[in-house]
Amino acid sequence: MSMTIAEKILARASGKEEVTPGEFITAKIDLAMTHIATAAVAAAYMGFPKRFKKVWDPEKIVMLEDHYVPAPNVQWATIHTMIRKFAKDYGIKYFYDVKAGICHQVLPERGHVRPGMLIVGTDSHTTTYGAFNAASAGIGNTDMTVVFSKGELWFQVPQSIGFNIEGKLEDRLMSKDIILYIAGKYGADVATYKSIEYTGKVMDDMTMASRMTMSNMGLEIGGKFAFGPPDNKITDFLKGRTNEPLNLVFPDEDAKYETVYDIDVTDMEPQVACPHTVDNVKPISEIEGTKVDQAFIGSCTNGRLEDLRIAAEILDGKKIHKDCRMIVIPASWEVYKDAMKEGILEKLIDAEAMICNCSCGPCFGAHMGLLAPKENCISSSNRNFRGRMGSDASGIYLASPATVAASAINGVITDPRKVE
Amino acid sequence: MKISGRVWVFPDNVDTDAITPAKYFDKPGELRNHILETFDKTFPKEVQPGDVIVAGKNFGCGSSRETAPDVFPPLKVGVIVAESFGRIFYRNSVAIGLPILECPEVSKAFEKGQQMEVDLEEATVKNLTTGKTIQGKKLPPMLLNIIKGGGQIKLLKKEFKAAAKKK
Ligand code: SF4
Repeated sequence: MSMTIAEKILARASGKEEVTPGEFITAKIDLAMTHIATAAVAAAYMGFPKRFKKVWDPEKIVMLEDHYVPAPNVQWATIHTMIRKFAKDYGIKYFYDVKAGICHQVLPERGHVRPGMLIVGTDSHTTTYGAFNAASAGIGNTDMTVVFSKGELWFQVPQSIGFNIEGKLEDRLMSKDIILYIAGKYGADVATYKSIEYTGKVMDDMTMASRMTMSNMGLEIGGKFAFGPPDNKITDFLKGRTNEPLNLVFPDEDAKYETVYDIDVTDMEPQVACPHTVDNVKPISEIEGTKVDQAFIGSCTNGRLEDLRIAAEILDGKKIHKDCRMIVIPASWEVYKDAMKEGILEKLIDAEAMICNCSCGPCFGAHMGLLAPKENCISSSNRNFRGRMGSDASGIYLASPATVAASAINGVITDPRKVE
Repeated sequence: MKISGRVWVFPDNVDTDAITPAKYFDKPGELRNHILETFDKTFPKEVQPGDVIVAGKNFGCGSSRETAPDVFPPLKVGVIVAESFGRIFYRNSVAIGLPILECPEVSKAFEKGQQMEVDLEEATVKNLTTGKTIQGKKLPPMLLNIIKGGGQIKLLKKEFKAAAKKK
């Protein structure tokens, strides 16, 4: 046999010996994650005939609230109530409410994500769990209603593509720079409908946190799944977080890839995605000096401990520029606590950053730091669509946490290598 | 299944934030007035029942929000034909029974305001104004059935009813 990681997992989940790209299958779901979309699923459930009183498996569903947390207004407070009621009525075992953090950080932290699983979530960045060798993809609430009731869903077996990443990253460059570089070079639709496998020495050497950024943003280049290398970094991370067996899925040696892109990151500059698309990427030297009014470090892309740590290292003993403000949101309360213990939060507060509670925050323009017309934000998040973080007349620049922190000091886009 | 209507044309990479901006999610009734406005200000004001949408590559890229395809049935937009779709938007459209079709060269074949006729089974897209027909990619039977059945929820209800009767 010659199968890629995606093909192996989909074959197993659909009870087949083998699957081939293009084939339509019905596969059993190992784990389903919902956040706000739970409200829509719940509403759909209410519309069913009376006898439809249970979910397929209350132990295979993880629910939490991370998008409008804490509730910014009565409407969302009411929706939260509805979600709590659903979790209770249907006996959902893993319901974290507003108390854990952003879904894509919380699920691996709490050991719900394991190698070889087929996972669906009502969030596009569900691809993040690919870093843990799980085939995981975003779906909408109607498909999720099908999953909640039957535990299975149709899939088309995707073509697989590879990004083989070699070379040596310079100091203060991060995996975010690599994925932005890929988006810029190959376009926001290079991986549409496809399963990505990131390979190469740079991936092997990367921390799990950095790999999560790569898998998270695999979605921004269109990916259906986005796998990192299957190795013991995954099992090391998950040991102690779960008692379930951890069996990595490897691609066969003769697995077929539609395309393999070779990337060398040696001498790469920090990268910035300029308004209003993720593939409008420029090396920092071309964009340095652009004014920024707000700097944001957080989100499921770059709100982890190493992200906060590098920001604190860059901001240590300095102040954020008087014409700029900075918002920092740890991706989960575990990250928050670790950052607190390490003294990271103190350094950030001393630099006059605002530390907010764990949630999506301004990432999708709902609350906690929206942009006024003509304002610019440099952000460690994953999307810079027009108006996503506030006014349609504002601009979002996506960059690594290091670049965001350096830019906050000068109030203009700044190369993090140039800050002491 | 044949669908025809007046065409709106959108470029590549229309994202779900543009279709349904999150900042109007908590302002009931307001969202309707801002659909796709960042790409075409006249759309929310002038879209009429029976209109159809033509777009370039990657239509509906971005978030998994189902609000994006959800806005089109109430507007009575009959079909969306794009060169390609964002993966989740595509799934969600099928799930709610919104007819969609992939058709590689479509955005070059139409101008705003022209008339289009789509045969969903045959995946043919005809420009009634110019008379030219182009071929799209046929929907697999599984997906065509979901669309024709009115979407996943309708089918699910049917299935459960049938199962209950058997018992
Ligand atoms: S942090 Fe942003 S991208 Fe991530 S789940 Fe929340 S809203 Fe989505």
